[in-house]
Amino acid sequence: MARYEFYGYRRENGRVGIRNHVIILPLDDLSNAAAEAVANNIKGTLALPHAYGRLQFGEDLELHFRTLIGTGCNPNVAACVVIGIEPGWTGRVVEGIAATGKPVAGFSIETNGDISTIAAASRKAQELVQWATEKQRERCSMEDLFVSTKCGESDTTSGLGSCPTVGNLIDKLDPLHVTSCFGETSELTGAEVVCASRAASKQAGDKFMQVFNAYQEVIERHKTSDLSESQPTKGNIAGGLTTIEEKAFGNLQKIGKKTKFIDVLKPAEAPGKGPGLYYMDTSSAAAECVTLQAAAGFVVHLFPTGQGNIIGNPIEPVIKLTANPRTARTMREHVDLDVSGLLRREMNLDEAGDRLIELMLRTCNGRLTCAEALGHREFVMTKLYQSA
Amino acid sequence: MTTSFIVHDKADTVGVVVVEDVQPGKDLTGWVMETDETITLKSLDPVPLGHKIALRDIQSGDTVLKYGHDVGRAVADIGRGRHVHVHNLKTKRW
Repeated sequence: MARYEFYGYRRENGRVGIRNHVIILPLDDLSNAAAEAVANNIKGTLALPHAYGRLQFGEDLELHFRTLIGTGCNPNVAACVVIGIEPGWTGRVVEGIAATGKPVAGFSIETNGDISTIAAASRKAQELVQWATEKQRERCSMEDLFVSTKCGESDTTSGLGSCPTVGNLIDKLDPLHVTSCFGETSELTGAEVVCASRAASKQAGDKFMQVFNAYQEVIERHKTSDLSESQPTKGNIAGGLTTIEEKAFGNLQKIGKKTKFIDVLKPAEAPGKGPGLYYMDTSSAAAECVTLQAAAGFVVHLFPTGQGNIIGNPIEPVIKLTANPRTARTMREHVDLDVSGLLRREMNLDEAGDRLIELMLRTCNGRLTCAEALGHREFVMTKLYQSA
Repeated sequence: MTTSFIVHDKADTVGVVVVEDVQPGKDLTGWVMETDETITLKSLDPVPLGHKIALRDIQSGDTVLKYGHDVGRAVADIGRGRHVHVHNLKTKRW
């Protein structure tokens, strides 16, 4: 079996990152302006503005905290500044991230105002970025690597070429103890029984069917049509996908032919059963799904597209591949790997999988993805229901 | 010979056009991935890249198979070589 390795940043808790970000993380919508001002003051830092964090409650609030804390804990993040409107919830996020052992500091705006907060947080951010930029990469093995996958603006070429290419990679790397993750609960509709049969245990299969059925209830409760143009999307339909069932079988090609999933994760929940493939209960909207996977600690993302979804993520590099020859030609700057040769029978799946492994390892070593080079940083929190 | 359409599974009743210029009356060559067979078909409609073409006559109400699995129900009669999409195929879910 081939030996694969890459050079990554080993963090205080032993986990390995492939990027070395210092992030400025707002607790809530109100703190975006201060976070962006700090990132503007201190070069080499990255603000992650988002829309939520006020008056959420229950499971939705838990998910908000899990996503923010998980984002800070991701090993692609070297250090973190948290800014919130008040000190209580800010402190909760700081404490959660500090459990990894990485440097993190919190600042709150009430009683200080934006300007003083920005000044204090900027001083800290400067210190952290100068510290982080001295970190060195070291040689790491596949056991250190956490890979997530999700596809978007799929068309029929996704099921023929780009999704099976990811599946080929998963089948090759799972025996090498990589930790991997797929999700998109609504997008397995029609293929759910086949998906459940890919569970490594009855327990994991039952857990999958529970989250699948719960998501179906949400759709049944809120739908006003058969969801055509939403799921499948208008782009999917333009690309030739007709029904959700057809889309689901294409989607499922991403987990290969033999790899079994060992557990089912809540949104943004970190894997807890060691190396292997995990299913995560997520929406099928690209930025929401990747944000949740990044918050669960996945460090590199494989994103097959058909019609040309252009998504990126601020902390988890998103590698895009397509088998659609027109997308590869007309959206070249967004496509990291062109596997349209599969449709022309110029390459086989085994070769396509090897090319993706090679490109993924180069990305892990530091090569910027198309989405990184183009500045795509879609950070989108999943919201479960209305705020109070 | 150029492969103009690809079929996932031997049992499938539709294939996917993988070239950009399928016009009515064109003789097409297809590849069945599961069995590595080569098959031929005459197109009766313009079928865009990525869209499906019927491999046999499908009656309204029939289940359409792709990946060897049920991907929906025909809502019109579809002749062999015709374009299969939202106008003649619907989900059985939602």
